[in-house]
Amino acid sequence: MSNIMKFLAGLSIGAVNVTLGAGGGMLTVPLYKKMGMSQKESQINAVATILPITIISAVIYIINKSVTISDTYIYLIPGLLGSMVGTFVIKKTSNKILTIVFALFMIWAGLRLFFK
Amino acid sequence: MNYIIPVLAGFLSGLIGAMGFGGGGVLIIYLAVFMDTPQLKAQGINLVFFIPCAILATIIYSVKKQIDYKSIIPVTLGGICGAIASSIFLNNIPTDYLSKIFAVFLIFMGVSSILRLKKKK
Repeated sequence: MSNIMKFLAGLSIGAVNVTLGAGGGMLTVPLYKKMGMSQKESQINAVATILPITIISAVIYIINKSVTISDTYIYLIPGLLGSMVGTFVIKKTSNKILTIVFALFMIWAGLRLFFK
Repeated sequence: MNYIIPVLAGFLSGLIGAMGFGGGGVLIIYLAVFMDTPQLKAQGINLVFFIPCAILATIIYSVKKQIDYKSIIPVTLGGICGAIASSIFLNNIPTDYLSKIFAVFLIFMGVSSILRLKKKK
């Protein structure tokens, strides 16, 4: 895949990430698989890819006054703990079960949110 | 106020996020579906929240030499440009629409990841 194609794919990832406040990473994983990475490599590199994009997106939300940093304090410490655990268990978990559980959760939550 | 549920939501979101599974979904779903946080604010909380989590995860992966910087730089640059360009529209989308768009995205991602799994078998 040429660098221009990668850049264009990145554009849409950035657009989704700032519009929906999430989801950029999930779109990056299949892209990296297409570029030849394994499933786990794709997941790991997706996190690194989405970090700068998320920083830009967050700055935009803060400038727009949609959120303040103090809104996030309560989630921060448990989030960091979860993040650390995640980097260690990623190689040991079964992707298949995780994918199915998480996919069903997303569909259920999506339906609930849609019909709210 | 009960602290157990938000702490659990933060932990799960960090855990799934660091594994590249879309932890953002978890925190936004918790905020928007269970806490009735306005959609745009829920998204903003998730973005700010994810920064330190992703920094930590990226440092750990980087130390383990698991990050392929050469491959990800063009995608990342595109992502930054895409985010800045689309942010112009952000304040013009009514929050009701935004949560519907988010809902459709969730359903789409859920269904497509199950379909991908099936194809591999």
